[in-house]
Amino acid sequence: MQDTNLVLGGKDFTSRLIVGTGKYGSNEIMRQAHEESGAEIVTVAVRRVSLPGQGESILDFIDTKRFTLLPNTAGCYTADEAVRTAYLAREAGLGEMVKLEVIGDARTLFPDVQGLLEATRTLAREGFVVMPYTNDDPIIAKRLEDAGAACVMPLGAPIGSGLGIRNPYNIKIILETVSVPVIVDAGVGTASDAAIAMELGCDGVLMNTAIAGARDAVAMARAMRLAVEAGRLAYKAGRIGKKLYATASSPIEGLPDWTS
Amino acid sequence: MKITVNGREMEVADGLSVEALLRHLAVKREYTAVAVNREITPKASYAAVALREGDRVEIVRPMGGGVEPRAER
Repeated sequence: MQDTNLVLGGKDFTSRLIVGTGKYGSNEIMRQAHEESGAEIVTVAVRRVSLPGQGESILDFIDTKRFTLLPNTAGCYTADEAVRTAYLAREAGLGEMVKLEVIGDARTLFPDVQGLLEATRTLAREGFVVMPYTNDDPIIAKRLEDAGAACVMPLGAPIGSGLGIRNPYNIKIILETVSVPVIVDAGVGTASDAAIAMELGCDGVLMNTAIAGARDAVAMARAMRLAVEAGRLAYKAGRIGKKLYATASSPIEGLPDWTS
Repeated sequence: MKITVNGREMEVADGLSVEALLRHLAVKREYTAVAVNREITPKASYAAVALREGDRVEIVRPMGGGVEPRAER
């Protein structure tokens, strides 16, 4: 089946899985997991370099000709910090795309949607391709689209929780509400969670912990690739409706007569 | 003069440029960005910007991070 590409900021991506670079057992495991995931976009944080400047860098383990680096504003608690971080990332040569996070609370890591809207507006105006991490709230999703977001990235469940897609109905409503791509960001625990997101009709899934924290991160990366592809294909194929009672698959006519 | 680089105070030569500071600290240039007193210094001005006593310099690069903000606040 022919599928369309995921388009973000005018760039085409064939993979609908976006993966992170944090919490891997080693940089080499990360490199292999990226390979197996089939992802074309990897998220990175922007942090102080260790001084003096020597030492291993994750960039030695990411082929930047193949992977698009997506800087995030993780750890930012205000719109101002997030905007400054996005500018730093752009100045560092990481491009115009930014995974915008404005965190509202350290315990839940839920987004501060007020700050998020403000930062989205500012960065979109400055030419950034803004990809905001948001709640599974259709109203906020619409506001973000209106503010110039290139996509919306509702959480499936809290970051790193592995609880899966807790409110598939809200995700469904978001899909009907906005016309920009919808990418589930955070909450995925295992392959079926990613498949569910894609079966709902989401345009992509972003995850880090589910792969990096798995006992075998490389194998889980492959599982996620397959799950995203399977879920996408099932969505495009059009699933059957749900019914309470059975519907026979084999014809009733032509049964042999075993009665004596 | 004293300046602070990535939260660390250090003693450097008066009027040191950003360019010279990066060289002194052996910082790789690729995917690196610099801010002085919260303002971003464009790469093209590294040689021209002379640091002053008490300046707070931030030097950043991409690091491992997914959806996990570090608990460093």
